[in-house]
Parts: sequence; C-alpha cells; structure tokens
Amino acid sequence: MFISINQLNKQFTDKNGNPSTVLKDINLAIEKGEFVSILGPSGCGKSTLLSIVAGLTDVTSGEIIVDGTKITKPGKDRGMVFQQAALFPWINVLENVMFPLKKEMSKKEATDQAKKYLKMVQLSNYLEHYPHELSGGMQQRVAIARALAMDPDILLMDEPFGALDEQTRTRLHDQLEDIWTETKKTVLFVTHSISESIKLSDRIIVMGTRPGTVLTDIKVDIPRPRSEHKDKMIEIEEHVMGYLKKEIDKVVSEELNHETSV
Amino acid sequence: MKPVFKRIIFFGIILSLWELGARLGLWTEIILPAPSKVIVSLYSGIENMTLLYDLLASFRRLAVGLAIALILGTSIGVLIAKSKTADDTIGSSLLAFQSVPSIVWLPLAMMWFGLNDKAVIFVVVLGGTFVMALNVRTGIKNVPPLYIRAAQTMGAKGLDLFIRVVFPASIPYFVTGSRLAWAFAWRALIAGELLTTGPGLGYTLRYASDFGDMSMVIGVMIIIGAIGAIVDQLIFQRIEKSVAKRWGLSS
Ligand SMILES: Nc1ncnc2c1ncn2[C@@H]1O[C@H](COP(=O)(O)OP(=O)(O)O)[C@@H](O)[C@H]1O
Ligand SMILES: [Mg+2]
Repeated sequence: MFISINQLNKQFTDKNGNPSTVLKDINLAIEKGEFVSILGPSGCGKSTLLSIVAGLTDVTSGEIIVDGTKITKPGKDRGMVFQQAALFPWINVLENVMFPLKKEMSKKEATDQAKKYLKMVQLSNYLEHYPHELSGGMQQRVAIARALAMDPDILLMDEPFGALDEQTRTRLHDQLEDIWTETKKTVLFVTHSISESIKLSDRIIVMGTRPGTVLTDIKVDIPRPRSEHKDKMIEIEEHVMGYLKKEIDKVVSEELNHETSV
Repeated sequence: MKPVFKRIIFFGIILSLWELGARLGLWTEIILPAPSKVIVSLYSGIENMTLLYDLLASFRRLAVGLAIALILGTSIGVLIAKSKTADDTIGSSLLAFQSVPSIVWLPLAMMWFGLNDKAVIFVVVLGGTFVMALNVRTGIKNVPPLYIRAAQTMGAKGLDLFIRVVFPASIPYFVTGSRLAWAFAWRALIAGELLTTGPGLGYTLRYASDFGDMSMVIGVMIIIGAIGAIVDQLIFQRIEKSVAKRWGLSS
C-alpha cells in the first residue's frame, strides 16, 4: 500500500492542560494515484490529519507509512496546498513557484520547471506579477503550481477552494481533475463539501466528530467526466448525506447541551 | 479646496503677519527677527558654504550612528525574538532604555570618549538602536505561521527558512523600525551637537544663539525641521506604503 495510516491517535492539550482527543484510531490505506477526499463537518480533525501526513504535526500514537518510510517530518515527496494560498508576497509568481527548487537544481532548470507547471495552471502570462495583483483563484492556482513544481508523489490539499466563489471553484475543479489525470499524483483532498468530493474523487473518507473517527469509506464509481452522470452523483450524495446528517445533528445537540449547562 | 492650497494660504497669512509685526516694530529683532531677515541669513550661510559644511558634518555623524544603530538593533531584535532567555532579560529592559531620551547619556559619553564626534555618535546610536530592536522583534514574532508551514512543506528549515521566509516576511517592521530609528537618531544628533563642538547644525545653532544672531537661529531651526519632514515623508513613508501594499498589509 502506498500510504498506510495505522492506529493513528492525536490529542491536544487545551488551555487548562486537559488532553482532548482530536483523532481516534484512524486506519486508512491509500493506493498510488488515487484521488481521495476526506469529508467531514468542521472541527472533526481533517486539517490535523492532513497536517500530520505533511509532517507538520506530531502524532500522539500510531504511525503513517508512505512508500515504505515512516513519516516524521515534512518532505518534498508531499506537496501541500492550504485554504489560503500562502504565497510569499515579496517575490513574484515565477519566483514563488521556484521557491522549493532553489536548492536542488540550477537556476535555468528551476525556471523551466516552474514555467512548465505555471503553464499547466494556465498562468504563463503572469510570471512577473506579484501575489497581491492576482485574484484569489489565481493565487490558489499559483499555490498548486508551486506544490506540483517539486514533483511530489502526494498532493495534500486542505480545503483549497473553500475561500473562492462558486464559479471560480467550478473552473478549478475541472483544472485540478485535468492536472491529476496528467500527473498521476496521489491526492488527499480535504473538504466539507459533499458535491465537491463526489465530483473529484475516487474515494470519499467520511469522518465523524468528537473525537474524529473514520465513519465510512465510499467508493465513487462514476466514469469521468462526471458532469454527464448527474443522477449517479445525486445517488451518492444522498448516501453520504445520511452519514453526515447524524454527525451534524450530534454537533448541534452537543452545542445546545453545552449552552444550557453553562 | 485642496489641502495643499489651504496649507499655502495658512502659512502665507502667518508669514505676512510675522513680517508685518517685525517691520512695525511690535517686538525687538532679538525676540523674533522678520522672515525676510531669516531668509537673508540662510542665503548668506549657504553662499559662504558654512551651512553646507554644517550639514555635511551632521550627516556624517548621523550616517555612522544610524548605520551602527540599525545593525545593532537588528541583531538584538533577532536575538530576543529567537531566544526566550534573551527576551526575558535584555528584551524586558529595552522598553526602559527606549523611554529615556538618549541625550541623557551625553555626560557619560563625554567622560568615556571626550568632547568630540564619538560622544555624539554614541548618543545617536542609543537613540536608534532600541526602537529598531523592538520593531525587529515584533516583526519576527508576527510572521504568519502559515508562511512557515508552507515553507516547511517545501523543504525549508533552519537558517535557510530564516533567510528566505522569516526575514523577508518581517521587512515591513524593519522599515518602520528604520523610520523610527532615523527620527530618534536625528533628534539625538541635534541635541548632542548643541552641547558639543562643531561643525554641525546643532553647534551652529548654539553658536548663533550665543552671539544673539536670532535670524540664523531660526534659519537653522527651519533646516532641521525641513530635513526631518522631508526624510520622513518623502523617503520613509513612501517606502513604508509601497512595502505595505506589496506585503498585502493595506487594502
Ligand atoms: N494546535 C492545536 N492546539 C489545540 N487544539 C487544536 C489545535 N489544532 C486543532 N485543534 C483542535 O482540533 C480540532 C480539529 O481541528 P481541525 O483539524 O482544524 O478540524 P477541521 O479541519 O476538520 O475543521 C478542533 O476542535 C480544534 O480546536
Ligand atoms: Mg480545517
């Protein structure tokens, strides 16, 4: 298996020093080249899980194995795209995409490589622009090009289109699907949008909250392009909705109880 | 009406009243010479080069002092941003130092270095260092964690991470720190020069005052104010604005 997440647990200590369990007994196996969405209500630990896979956050117990190696720190085999583009404002678009390449290749090679991926996200005309001169959608495409530029095996995306408007999001969905088809990356895509996950992924991991657990693992067996199979998408959407509804109700009732007990 | 016109009219009226009062002899010249006299003094000071030499001498001290202050301030700022122990010790005393006008160090400085350039430069250095250090520390502490996380996923760590991300991310604070350091250093310089030997703008100011040459006193005051305003508004505030825009700190 390409990525194995084994018996993963994560606790944070809150302000009073009490541990709170954010992820509990997570077990996942992901194959090379799979597009996997992680879907769940806000606060269920999706970002934490992704951040652990990225090597940015320590585990409390359990392990993550990628391609036979245990993850302990960040590495260029795993590129990450955040909800905010996190571009560096002091350098232009081209230099941003060249950022991960500076050390391992000549300037010429790095430039060529960066340009190749900027072309893939259709931003070849914006090489000299600075991040603040771009729209949110364009910034996010630069961020995707930047993550791809170091040619990682795995692309980790944490609600990458969550801050964008509906039209831009739809366009970027198509672009991402093309890029994925072209580059054959393994993608871990965090979202709280059911339709987004059905549109894009081979598999949907549905997570529940407090503590974060894997509720179910759904295969999305719809041929691409999926826009031609609307009825099948709706069918899966209703299926997923059933799982999530219980979770959302749980969160709401907990919050109500909390309010009355305070 | 544009603010510029309002300003011109305002100062025009003030100057006219001032000139009129002086010409009518409402007060003696030693109290407040007429603006025309001030202009004549300034002109002759520039023509016989004395004011230019003063300017040059002042700027030389300022350049040396400010350069040392910026380097020293940056180093201290980085140190206290990165080391908790340094912050608890050095960092906590910086504010106390910063709240003392640096000119109070002059008597000590004169004992250490003598009544010369070095004593003034020392005061200038103290004027700029602390505010620079405080701003650099704030800048480094306020680097968005997201930048650091993003850079880490791209293989940056340690010194490389500092040079390529933390340092450039805090440049807006470096610019503000430099602007404030300049302002404090400029005030410290003039104060120091008033109390030591020349040449220099501050020295000439006191010299003119000792000889009752009030039109020169006011002339030098105008030079000091004009340079302060020009450097601040035409240089530092412009840099600050364009940096803030590029760094996405202003809308
Ligand atoms: N660094 C942290 N320290 C303490 N608690 C945290 C930290 N990061 C996340 N959490 C908590 O973990 C839970 C899950 O957060 P997160 O992974 O961001 O959820 P999601 O991305 O699914 O919305 C939240 O309750 C959050 O408050
Ligand atoms: Mg999240």
